[in-house]
Amino acid sequence: MAVPTTAPFANRHVRPATHRANRDPAWARWALTAVALVFLAFFLVLPLLAVFAQAFAKGGAYFLAAIREPEALASIRLTLFTVAVAVPSNVVFGVAAAWAIAKFRFPGKSLLTTLIDLPFAVSPVISGLIYVLVFGAQGWFGPWLIEHNIRIIFAVPGIILATTFVTFPFVARELIPLMQAQGTDEEYSAVTLGASGWQTFWRVTLPNIRWGLLYGIILCNARAMGEFGAVSVVSGHIRGETNTMPLHVEILYNEYNIAGAFAVASLLALLALATLVLKSLVEWRQTGTA
Amino acid sequence: MASPRDSRSILPGFGLSLGFTLAYLGLIVLVPLSAAFIRTAGMSWHDFVVAVASPRVIAAYRLSFGASLAAGFVNMVFGLVVAWVLVRYSFPGKRIVDALVDLPFALPTAVAGIALTSLYSPHGWIGRWLVPLGFKVAFTWTGVFVALTFIGLPFVVRTVQPVLQELEPEIEEASSTLGASRIQTVTRILLPELMPSLLTGFALAFARALGEYGSVVFISGNMPMKTEIVPLLIITKLEQYDYRGATAIAVVMLVSSFVLLLLINLLQKWSRRYHAI
Amino acid sequence: MSIEAHGIRKKFGAYTALDGVDLNVPQGKLVALLGPSGSGKTTLLRIIAGLEFPDPGSGRVLFHGEDVTDVPAGKRRVGFVFQHYALFKHMSVFENVAFGLRVRKRSHRPTNASIAERAHRLLELVQLDGLAGRYPSQLSGGERQRVALARALAVEPKVLLLDEPFGALDARVRKDLRRWLRRFHDEIQLTTIFVTHDQEEALEIADEVVIMNKAHVEQVGTPQQVYDKPASPFVYQFLGNVNVLRAPALAGSLRRGLRPDEPAPDGQIFVRPHDIEVTPHDAGGSGLSAIVRHIHAAGPQARLLVEQVQTREHVEVEISRSELTDLNLRVNDLIRLRLRQTHSFDEDYAI
Repeated sequence: MAVPTTAPFANRHVRPATHRANRDPAWARWALTAVALVFLAFFLVLPLLAVFAQAFAKGGAYFLAAIREPEALASIRLTLFTVAVAVPSNVVFGVAAAWAIAKFRFPGKSLLTTLIDLPFAVSPVISGLIYVLVFGAQGWFGPWLIEHNIRIIFAVPGIILATTFVTFPFVARELIPLMQAQGTDEEYSAVTLGASGWQTFWRVTLPNIRWGLLYGIILCNARAMGEFGAVSVVSGHIRGETNTMPLHVEILYNEYNIAGAFAVASLLALLALATLVLKSLVEWRQTGTA
Repeated sequence: MASPRDSRSILPGFGLSLGFTLAYLGLIVLVPLSAAFIRTAGMSWHDFVVAVASPRVIAAYRLSFGASLAAGFVNMVFGLVVAWVLVRYSFPGKRIVDALVDLPFALPTAVAGIALTSLYSPHGWIGRWLVPLGFKVAFTWTGVFVALTFIGLPFVVRTVQPVLQELEPEIEEASSTLGASRIQTVTRILLPELMPSLLTGFALAFARALGEYGSVVFISGNMPMKTEIVPLLIITKLEQYDYRGATAIAVVMLVSSFVLLLLINLLQKWSRRYHAI
Repeated sequence: MSIEAHGIRKKFGAYTALDGVDLNVPQGKLVALLGPSGSGKTTLLRIIAGLEFPDPGSGRVLFHGEDVTDVPAGKRRVGFVFQHYALFKHMSVFENVAFGLRVRKRSHRPTNASIAERAHRLLELVQLDGLAGRYPSQLSGGERQRVALARALAVEPKVLLLDEPFGALDARVRKDLRRWLRRFHDEIQLTTIFVTHDQEEALEIADEVVIMNKAHVEQVGTPQQVYDKPASPFVYQFLGNVNVLRAPALAGSLRRGLRPDEPAPDGQIFVRPHDIEVTPHDAGGSGLSAIVRHIHAAGPQARLLVEQVQTREHVEVEISRSELTDLNLRVNDLIRLRLRQTHSFDEDYAI
């Protein structure tokens, strides 16, 4: 639909450019390749290198100390906990939404598909803000929550909610087109052979969508661990309590603990690199078997 | 959609999956989003205008929209070049470069923000060469533009790349047998064919840049009236407990995003117009 | 304009597409390059067009005696029609046809009025003038094909090259369009080469057929020549149905013109299903004894699948419906087969 975060891997086959008429002159090939690589070097490679260079600017010992510091560890724990709740929720949602949209016909289907993409069009800051409006002290449920001594905003539940919101479409948008393309023939066969609904899902549908699902989970996970704007609004920045890793990076950076900030940031950068590697593997796997 | 209606309804789980989808969508997305609009609807027109059109807010719009447009445009040009090179040419390490294009999607924005700031600050790897030339990037408009270019980089590449890949080589051959030069083939055949995807990529990069926060706040310097982007202004208002002001600005941004989303959908319909067979 | 190709070789990596191919197309002829997929026919056409180049030092392409081997496609003045049309999707039919004129250098470019005039005249020629404002996506397959043809003709090519021109169309349109192409060629008399894998298509409309197989030319000739006098087992099998019988099976007085005492030759005997005569077994005389296994009688001709008694080889036989009625054949009937015309490629064994 509207906001492709990545190229759908179904389209990624390579056609060898052997045709003479399509071949650009050598100088053009060199020039364009050079322009592209220099552009990418400045905008992608240098920032990435800078993260690791700064992280180790004060040596390995400082780096280790920075990431072993209790508040850093607390932020890692909180980030992992948030991801452990938000990602599975969105996986269950994505599978359910794709099942309903791809396997059945009903009115309003394209509207529903558009609404699922909506969170991608919302600024992260606004994604946080809307939860403050609902659960904050001055929000709709604020007085009631205070009365019952439940904290959502400036607490872990708010962080989880905001993270869930910003990563909401990732799994669904991967699965919907995939399951639509696969159609219903296999499920129909399974049902006529006497399989129950759950058996059909586990034994027929899930094996067919596993790579697309994994792809969606990888992207969802990366965004969930790295989300900054939305979480920043709802967290309240309580050290050791409501700081996720990106927020901890911000605090260290603003305190001019540059090496410490980059030490934690380098963990997130590693996560990004791992994401890219996994994503490419899944894509190659997908095009290989397609 | 060849299978008959019967085969669809024979599958179980429609009620459960659709019910859960709607409930989850409602609770996580629709109800909270509607809160912004409902809150704003409670404001008087005068208060609303004051909140969304004060000079400081106007300056923020201009920065956000201007820098996002500029970044989107730069990405359109370089994104096309990158997509072209990745699809048409081969060079060592191409697969790695291809994978790396998605880095801005994968790298947490705060990390990108501090990395770019350290690069372009007066002592940074790039800044130390630029500053002596009188060219300041960090803590200026240019810094905002650099961060937004980074964040929008993959969009054009990833929308143009598959279209370029699927383009039949025969249309270029046809053009050349008809006597067109390579330049004529590129400008008259290839660019028009790629235009819808280029514009879509541009619009996506622009939309993303408008709402971007994490990668910008570190490098922008956050000077009111000068380098304060709209999302930051919303946070500032929130921190001052000006919920109404923050929400009113948020509504303006939400409406802009939704209009953009609509435009992008129309663009994609347009691009399918010539291809529907 | 005549087209010649001499000693063309083309390799794609380890794969040899053309292995020393010669071709000679006289001025004004309609020539079919016929062969199975992978035989090199499309590569040859693309080399003639200048879309592909022969391997360095391997051969030459001559247009009207002039060496064009290194001339790029745009300068050869060839009209090329692609299998999937390759129409410019963002341009109207009219603009597609006008494209070749619009991209000319200013000094050679006709005025807008004469471009329009010529485009409309060509669209009239291909019977599409009413559709000038449409986009390719709004046309049927046959209409797209004709737009592609008009576009190729707009630059006044000296040669028309068509790559599987009817390959992507359904059977009915295909037949209409190929007859139309023949009439069209008779009208404009432009040297034309088309590539096809459909023998019926080639035999029906071409003046001359070039049969290709595995990077080589197998035979060149008029449709009648190649059908009646195939130069190789491949051509025999490629052009129409054929039974391949082991020669020893024919020992004895099974064939007309063969004396009973002649030694049984080795090798294979080729016989077309319609060149076999069927007589009832009890009528006596010479012939191969066979049992009817299957009768397929839908269509103008009846096809029989019979099994030779002696060798148990299966043979396909085609007889007319009236013969079938006269013979009153049933499955498992015993019959005699007489081979009216056979062919062998054994050198010292020719009929």
